[in-house]
Amino acid sequence: MSHANVSIATPQPVGVMESSPFSIPSKKLVMWLFIVSDAVTFTAVLFAYGYLRNATPNWPHPFRFSPSIINVMVMTFILVTSSFTMLLGVRAAKEGNKSKAILWTFVTVAAGLVFALLHIREWMGLIGEGVRLFQNPWGSGLFGASFFSVTGLHLLHVIGGVAVLTVVALGYKRGRYNSDDLEIWGLYWHFVDLVWMFVVPFVYLLNITRAS
Amino acid sequence: MHDMSHATEHHAHTPPQGFIRNYVFSLDHKVIGKQYYGLGLVAVITGMVLSWIMRIHLVWPNFAIPGLGLLSKAGAPGGIVTPEYYLQLMTMHGTLMVFFVLTNVPFAGFGNYFLPIQIGAEDMAFPRFNMMSFWTTFVAFLVLIAAFFVGDGPPLAGWTSYAPLSAVGGAAGPGEATGQTLWAISIAIFCIGQLLGSLNFISTTLDLRTKGMTLWRMPLSTWSWFITSCIGLTAFAVLLPACILLILDRTAGTSFFIPSGLVINDKLQPHSGGSTLLWQHLFWFFGHPEVYIAIVPAMGIVSHILINSMRRPMLSHRVIIYSLLAIGFLSYMVYGHHMFVSGMNPFSSLAFSFPTLLITIPSTVLVLIWIGSLYGSKLRITTASLFALGFISMFVSGGVSGFFLAQPSLDIYLHATYFVVGHFHMVMGVAAIFGMFAGTYFWFPKMFGRMMNETLGRVHFWLTFVGTYCIFMPFHYLGLAANVRRYSAFVDDYLQPLLGVHKFITIAALFTGAVQLIFLYNLIHSRFRGALAPANPWEATSLEWTMPSPPPFDNFGGRHPVVYHDPYQYGIEGATNDYVMQDSPEEIKSVRDER
Repeated sequence: MSHANVSIATPQPVGVMESSPFSIPSKKLVMWLFIVSDAVTFTAVLFAYGYLRNATPNWPHPFRFSPSIINVMVMTFILVTSSFTMLLGVRAAKEGNKSKAILWTFVTVAAGLVFALLHIREWMGLIGEGVRLFQNPWGSGLFGASFFSVTGLHLLHVIGGVAVLTVVALGYKRGRYNSDDLEIWGLYWHFVDLVWMFVVPFVYLLNITRAS
Repeated sequence: MHDMSHATEHHAHTPPQGFIRNYVFSLDHKVIGKQYYGLGLVAVITGMVLSWIMRIHLVWPNFAIPGLGLLSKAGAPGGIVTPEYYLQLMTMHGTLMVFFVLTNVPFAGFGNYFLPIQIGAEDMAFPRFNMMSFWTTFVAFLVLIAAFFVGDGPPLAGWTSYAPLSAVGGAAGPGEATGQTLWAISIAIFCIGQLLGSLNFISTTLDLRTKGMTLWRMPLSTWSWFITSCIGLTAFAVLLPACILLILDRTAGTSFFIPSGLVINDKLQPHSGGSTLLWQHLFWFFGHPEVYIAIVPAMGIVSHILINSMRRPMLSHRVIIYSLLAIGFLSYMVYGHHMFVSGMNPFSSLAFSFPTLLITIPSTVLVLIWIGSLYGSKLRITTASLFALGFISMFVSGGVSGFFLAQPSLDIYLHATYFVVGHFHMVMGVAAIFGMFAGTYFWFPKMFGRMMNETLGRVHFWLTFVGTYCIFMPFHYLGLAANVRRYSAFVDDYLQPLLGVHKFITIAALFTGAVQLIFLYNLIHSRFRGALAPANPWEATSLEWTMPSPPPFDNFGGRHPVVYHDPYQYGIEGATNDYVMQDSPEEIKSVRDER
């Protein structure tokens, strides 16, 4: 920490002597910063959900093990697997295996699409059962509002990720993007996956129908 | 993303051709900085005129304000402000000032212009993000201003937009239909612009420092912009979803912020289950850090200028940085002190009171360092240094009332009185504005290549300094006399004796506002007719003064500056001048310890 003193006595550009601890590429840094900021956004929404849930006596518990929780488990499995295939894609890209990298990225995109479709199907099912942003057949109307807000925000991230990964993979194929770009958007994809790991217990598992 | 880095490379060599690329959708951080400054100028003039209308209405309620009747037939029939329109003006005054002035100018304006230069970079890390961040802010501004011209005018829920007033829609009063929706949309867009800006500021500071520019060698102004962008990155990330939930409540029928059984105008609202406190939690989790987003850049700018005028470094460079970091960190812990009378658990009040008092410690340390460093220094009096001193004065005067408000037991009495209005106007409003004035007088020669008129500047300073004290000090007295804020007329008996004080404040406000014409004249006249500025008119040491005024397109003209020294090598014995510039390889004989 004392390099400033030393350098006053014998002026030397410090950059020559040490490498910056932050010497990661700007694009990757900015993705990490975006993830920090986005994590705060999700925290705020989950906080709002938890706050309202705690303050509401007639909070509904509509999710039965079958089919709701099974569906969520399948969705979770798909999303976690897509993180793994993303990892394989980035690793292939780093090794210079372009076709393999593109293949695995498109597998990731496909998994993301299946996740989104399963999620939309689940939404449609709930809407069919009468769940709206302001009411539902079982209890407090806040359930629908917070359920659709939290999962909708996540779903938007998934759909956005699918779109961007498609563009990046195609651009990577044409040489417009390189393996770093793939890695950076891979970070985003893992983050979206991680957020889901918070959504599942808070939004689904806490609202399982109790046996009584 | 790839074409972005390409754009940077391209950017470094050839300036763009054509007016649009040069001045409108420019990627140049210097142009974007000026755009933010210009937008702030428009916003501050609008906001000040709104405050004039409010002040005039308070003391001369029957005075017809010329032209106002045309702006709003319902709100100000014949130019006479209705109580509702008073609140609408107040909402717009607060929103414009906090978001589009106090956030835009010291942080986004000066920061954009000088952060890359002070660290020796050619531009921001992501010039395209930078352009987008300004234009999203500009769209947010237009959406907000549009509220004046739709339906029954702008919202009346205050800049804090407390629910349920802000959430239930048109039933709650004039401006609560379309106007409030526009407000929420505008602020959501504004958040996106600020998030983009923060991402850019942080990555630029960490990644684009030139050779030798270690973190500790960054000027204090750069440090303050860096810390502010770290605060902004997380604070605006909370306001954004809060605004989206508010928009959902208003348009999609959700009830996040609207409680059950709410009756407005004898009509039961079709919402149930929400919590009004939730909005306050989300809003103030952003709102309090926002206060520091406004003031921290001013602290950095003022330190930067004072050191230059004192011709010696601050007592401790590092303690200033540590204090700014501590303020940034603690700013998240204190937000509940805005909610002492909200019905929050009293134990929470206690829990929020403690960090609130704690945050006064780094603030006090800063003030002590400023004053301690000033003690015995041969200060070069310039308009910039006068405004820097004025900043300290305002910050201390406004900060002292903060000690009172931090105590829940006292706050219960003082809350929602003019005491609070006086407190925050001085400590974050006027203080930050003084920081902007100081920055303007100091950096104008660099930004426009011409000097500002010093005589006019000093006249401007003294009149503004005395004027603002005349406006905001009596507010504290009014608050102690239980004068409630946000009243559009003082019809209660106990408020009648205070009318004289209000008249004095109104006259002082009109006078101080008129004084700003001197500044505007100076700004415009100097821009075109001022004496040509040398590269380093203030004999300063940081990198922005190593280049011609105004700087060339790519800042350093293709060269990469190498930094050899701490930022403030003033008063050096045995040096060619009494100062050594950061990029000068000159050896410094007298080793000055980092004190």
